[in-house]
Amino acid sequence: MQNIPAASAGTHLGFAWGPGDILVYETLYKASGAIGSGCPCIHEVRKDEDIYSPILRKLFNESHHIFVGLQTIGEDLPSKNKKPQFVSISKNYRSVIRACMEELQQVAVSSKVADVATQYGNQVSILLAIELIWNLCEVLFIDAAPAGSLLLHLLDWVRLHKADVDEKAREVLQSESPAEHHDYWNVVVSYVLQGRLEEARQMLVKQATLQPAARSMYKLMDTLLSKMPFYNPGGTQTLTEFDVKWRHWHEEVDRCLQDNSFASNKHLEVICKILVGDEDTLLEHKDLLSTWYHFLVTRLLFCHPTVKPTELHYYAQSCLTMFLDSRSVPEPLDSILLAAFEFDIHQVIKDCSIALNNWWFVAHLTDLLDHCKLLQSHNLHFGSNLREFLLLEYASGLFTHHSLWQLAVDYFDHCPEFGRVYLELQIERVPLDTERKALKVLRICEQRQMSEQVRSICKIMAMRALRNNRLGSALSWSIRAKDAAFATLISEKFLQDYCARGTFSDLDLIDNLGPAMLLSDRLTFLGKYREFHKLYGEKRSGEAAKLLLSLMTAKIAPRSFWMTLLTDALPLLEQKEVIFSADQTHELMFCLEELTSLNTTAPGADGPMQDEDTELTKVELLRLALARNLARAIVKEGTVEA
Amino acid sequence: MFVARSIAADHKDLIHDVSYDFHGRRMATCSSDQSVKVWDKSENGEWHCTASWKTHSGSVWRVTWAHPEFGQVLASCSFDRTAAVWEEIVGESNDKQRGLSHWIKRTTLVDSRTSVTDVKFAPKHMGLMLTTCSADGVVRIYEAPDVMNLSQWSLQHEISCKLSCSCISWNPSSSRAHPPMFAVGSDDSNVTYGGKVQIYEYNENTRKYAKAETLMTVTDAVHDIAFAPNLGRSFHVLAIATKDVRIFKLVPMRKESTSTGPTKFEVQIVAQFDNHNSQVWRVSWNITSTLLASSGDDGCVRLWKANYMDNWKCTGILKGDGSPLSGSSGQPTAMSTVVAILGYQNQGVFKANIIM
Repeated sequence: MQNIPAASAGTHLGFAWGPGDILVYETLYKASGAIGSGCPCIHEVRKDEDIYSPILRKLFNESHHIFVGLQTIGEDLPSKNKKPQFVSISKNYRSVIRACMEELQQVAVSSKVADVATQYGNQVSILLAIELIWNLCEVLFIDAAPAGSLLLHLLDWVRLHKADVDEKAREVLQSESPAEHHDYWNVVVSYVLQGRLEEARQMLVKQATLQPAARSMYKLMDTLLSKMPFYNPGGTQTLTEFDVKWRHWHEEVDRCLQDNSFASNKHLEVICKILVGDEDTLLEHKDLLSTWYHFLVTRLLFCHPTVKPTELHYYAQSCLTMFLDSRSVPEPLDSILLAAFEFDIHQVIKDCSIALNNWWFVAHLTDLLDHCKLLQSHNLHFGSNLREFLLLEYASGLFTHHSLWQLAVDYFDHCPEFGRVYLELQIERVPLDTERKALKVLRICEQRQMSEQVRSICKIMAMRALRNNRLGSALSWSIRAKDAAFATLISEKFLQDYCARGTFSDLDLIDNLGPAMLLSDRLTFLGKYREFHKLYGEKRSGEAAKLLLSLMTAKIAPRSFWMTLLTDALPLLEQKEVIFSADQTHELMFCLEELTSLNTTAPGADGPMQDEDTELTKVELLRLALARNLARAIVKEGTVEA
Repeated sequence: MFVARSIAADHKDLIHDVSYDFHGRRMATCSSDQSVKVWDKSENGEWHCTASWKTHSGSVWRVTWAHPEFGQVLASCSFDRTAAVWEEIVGESNDKQRGLSHWIKRTTLVDSRTSVTDVKFAPKHMGLMLTTCSADGVVRIYEAPDVMNLSQWSLQHEISCKLSCSCISWNPSSSRAHPPMFAVGSDDSNVTYGGKVQIYEYNENTRKYAKAETLMTVTDAVHDIAFAPNLGRSFHVLAIATKDVRIFKLVPMRKESTSTGPTKFEVQIVAQFDNHNSQVWRVSWNITSTLLASSGDDGCVRLWKANYMDNWKCTGILKGDGSPLSGSSGQPTAMSTVVAILGYQNQGVFKANIIM
């Protein structure tokens, strides 16, 4: 990394935290007034994270699925019966990694842009390393293979991560004369180093046919290769029996070496030395082994196939030292693998956390190991454990992504100590770009009884709607927020709107308020007032009249609105048919008197003189209409039906 | 690796503060050019300036957003001894098409006799309350009783801190377990005047704020303070920008039922970093309080993180190299003006990274 000179003398770097990034700008904190040049730029800096990669997104989605499945594995089974399930889950995770890797590889190879190809290439290397580590952890920790099987699993592990042998073999076999191909012996030796003796034998046959004079030597080698014992975990042979058998074979190979049986063919001699486990010979083939852990497994294969898990770390350390020449320094990957061979799970996790770009790997692996009951729970400072710490970190990172945040919710759900509070804090910050998104967020909060977050989100939406004059939306959000004060405010606005324009907006909403109407008095009035209009429109005059009156007498209507209501009564009063009964008319008159007496004592209206005149005229009209109606009502009620 | 993108800020003088809104989709910048600009982030991640207006008659020191529950509201404070509250007005439709919005002043708070150094809204559960602090050593708390009428603010509390104030931070916790609390920092550089951070707590009985604690170990000028988000802990975490970065833990001590005074705290220092090797001017927590950022005289922004054993260390450094920006706005300018350096670097299989 280059050494970058500090910011231009005397300037400071200001910053502001954003949801997934940090804004940085040049400033000067000491200044007490205007100084200096205009500031050209603000820099938006964010970590070049995997969550922004579309291919890796699949990794996050699918592993989320596996994660949730893992959490719900039945608690009823005792731990040891769960092992095969855990191993299977581990393999699932690994296959997801491999699938992602393959896709990235394809894009890297086919991309014409150098930068992109490099970037994807890097991603592939990282995933390769992750899978390598995960696989080893599966073998050592989850499957916890005992001596005998352990080596076999390690062999599989090495074979899986050394794909170039097959490529080379293919190339050799496809050539005109495979046995004369320059890579022929490399392939054979590679096969032997990986314990793939069958394949080695098949290759050697090709060479044998070319050298009829050396037939007996080739036959001898073939025999040795075919007789090498491999432990069969499912079989009846015990480990001790296998060990004995193996030693016999080993002695036989050694005898061949001492007898110089292969002295005349340096290649076969090399193979023989490998079979006997000669370290120097193995080290001469560093380029074919390419890694110290391959060297380790090969060495174990040919020296100590019954290696016990507890013995691994001795061999691992010495192999690492032997393999690396004095100048090179172990890389992080090496330390991690070494820690794994030492069965130091915490060190593995710690080193991975430090080395990797994103918490995905450590969070999921630790979670799985925790389910296998392999992590001792430290009593940590903030009261939770390592698993939870890592999951919280991972999920928090997901939360800044515009769609992956939904995955994060499940992770928080499975963090018993702090998951809920982290979720509460972060879900409030999800930008409510659309109503649909807001509803999605709300559903999540409601499912978890996060009532304060529900209220807050609804309030934000209501406020936003109100500012944009979408009263219906604002009202429905405030009802959902159970915010009586706000509902009152919006109802007032509706009523003002009605007074100004003579019609209601958002009729659908008001008509279907239902029990929500009771949230606030003003809202109740709004609902009932609209009901009055509906009844009137449907010509159900009697009911409309009754409702109108009750709005005033039951004090549902605010005093300020009474004039409007009385004015609404006018058409009902002037119908041919008598609608208001005498009693009702009396009540209306009483209301009118109450209203007018109040108005005379109230502070002068701030409208111009003309308004007062209009008011007076209205009152007169009403008095007249009421009087007339009263007369007709009395007559009607007094008349005996014929 | 870091990826940096640049936004042409267009202020004619130094920017003193940048503030994201609650959802991270808008930001406000304020400058010595006496103006405030509001920026909106579009769907493709680009920032557009949607408003720019003169706010004060002196350098604008800080700008802050109210919680979106109160609408689109900003507050600014300035060298001109005032603080102001601004509200966005939804404009005509053709303004919206042009991507512009209007902000109007709702009120000016003129009580301070000196430069107003910080302005912060109190946590939303307390209602719409604004706090200012000034070089005259007074903290003022204003309230708008009617959220729909932002021109009416009443001065509820006036607290004299005796020392020139530079920064305030409210404890964001809304837990009923403790009363509202804020911290004030003083940039008075005379070390004999005692502790430069004071903690005030609201008393339900007296209905006033009373001093609960002075951090006596902080004797140098304090330039910024920040309470960390609470996350359900029983104790409080406070970061301080002074001659170094300090993180304190305030553990409330159990109150006897008869005690009517403010809570007593056990004050522990959790971490102290002098990596800036100079004055530290700003500290700020990210949303989950898992990362603290600090900015110092050395022209760097440093990132601090606690591991699961609660050990704090630096996990990253951002440095400016002072060279003018070459790429145009919107193009990722990975390393030209901002460079990220970090704790562990490797050539091998793993990329260099910051654990953020």
